[in-house]
Amino acid sequence: MPSLGADMDAGTVTEWLVAPGDRVRRGDIVAVVDTDKADVDVEIFEDGVIEQILVAAGEKVPVGTPLALVGTEPAGAPEPALPSVAAPAPPPAPEPGPTQEPPRVAPPAPSAVPTPSAVPTAPTVPTVAAITPASPAAEAPELHSPVVRRLARHLGVDVATIHGSGPGGTVTRADVEATARSRPGAPGEPGEPGGREQRPAASATPAAAEPDRAQQRGLAMREAIGRLMTRSKREIPHYYLGTEVDFSRARAWLDQANGERAVTERILPAALLIKAVALAARDAPAMNGFWLDDRFEASGAVHVGVAISLRGGGLVAPAIHDADRKSLDEVMRDLRDLVARTRNGRLRSSEMSEPTITVTNLGDQGVDTVYGVIYPPQVALVGFGKVVERPWAEHGMLGIRPVVSVTLAADHRASDGHAGARFVAQIDRLLQAPEAV
Amino acid sequence: MNELDLNLVVRGVLAQIAPEAAGEELDAEVELVEQLDLDSMDFLNFVIGLHEATGIDIPERDYPRLATLAGCVEYLRLHSTH
Repeated sequence: MPSLGADMDAGTVTEWLVAPGDRVRRGDIVAVVDTDKADVDVEIFEDGVIEQILVAAGEKVPVGTPLALVGTEPAGAPEPALPSVAAPAPPPAPEPGPTQEPPRVAPPAPSAVPTPSAVPTAPTVPTVAAITPASPAAEAPELHSPVVRRLARHLGVDVATIHGSGPGGTVTRADVEATARSRPGAPGEPGEPGGREQRPAASATPAAAEPDRAQQRGLAMREAIGRLMTRSKREIPHYYLGTEVDFSRARAWLDQANGERAVTERILPAALLIKAVALAARDAPAMNGFWLDDRFEASGAVHVGVAISLRGGGLVAPAIHDADRKSLDEVMRDLRDLVARTRNGRLRSSEMSEPTITVTNLGDQGVDTVYGVIYPPQVALVGFGKVVERPWAEHGMLGIRPVVSVTLAADHRASDGHAGARFVAQIDRLLQAPEAV
Repeated sequence: MNELDLNLVVRGVLAQIAPEAAGEELDAEVELVEQLDLDSMDFLNFVIGLHEATGIDIPERDYPRLATLAGCVEYLRLHSTH
């Protein structure tokens, strides 16, 4: 069970998208886990073959519990290879007990047998029945992989209607996901056989379809946010810095760029702000990383968490990975995709667990300034307010310019105001040269 | 498309973006962003939805004209005649 955020102690497997024998590739979505805050698609982090499901759908287990055994044997090998857990837990949350033992790194030799620690922890024979290989005859042709077919069923997409982009017209996972995404808020097919009862079609009209579930989720989310923010305010000695930034150059650049673009290619100011923070964070290691076990661990990569409010209340802050290395267009595409999936409850495990710094943008709601609360175990949060017109003096001249407030909430254990001020100033500098961002 | 159709198109796109508001009465003269609590990403998706439903290319400088339901219908009517 991966740790999908610092506030998560346990999770419920709501659905398996793979069965023993299925071949999986790194990044494939293998299961859906219900945290208190969201349904999260759990990605596998290794290529291999699913050998055994250890936690049946419907079971709630603590973070760190192995969910499945994955053999990393080359195709067709009969004996099981070294197993590993389908559960990355990036901010290490060490817990005692044998369940933590199975190695998560690449196995040494393909012919290795299962390590004793992993197998005996399986309490029962995997309940394959829960996975429900529904009516194969009526399903898509066999040339689509089982993973693709289950994913399609899971997302309520009919594989037969998809024009596949794989070899020989094969439908790929990306095709299925793109099709599902192209119908905003599209719910799963109703009356799907088996395995879906745990997770009824929830996306389009959650309130109408299942008031109890939505209400429960709302309450659980408030509790989870409460726990995390209490921990933040109790443990993190926050310091706050802020400055007003001239947004006229960024505004002009965005207007010009968007003027030449089709509506689907346009860039929101939020994407520019996220990218600027990512670039500044790369050069400010004391802002980017985790406070773990009484010390700061800087992160080599910059994964920017984006605070996304949910319609009807609540908040999730999933990550845009490697935002400093992505083009502005890529950041914008990721942001759109992330917002859509957050609001439809279709996030991925890596997005939930890995932000190294968070950005919150409350400008759309009309406030000028954000005083942020840091997401543990991160050490900094950057807030942007509304872009407003202000009198602005520069070179002895007074004019009216669009201005945005940038604030930093940072962890005093990891950095001092001096480093924080340099970081904020760097964000300002970057926004004065938007073409370079 | 006549005005009634356009009204339905706009409401249909809004229903995808703010599903919980789909059944509610909309005031045609009050800003959608305010009525439906839309953020900038919602509004962008709204414009994309209108574009996909009607084929009309909507430049960014025209966004202010789409602020209300009445404004949207009027804008689409003016641009969908040819």
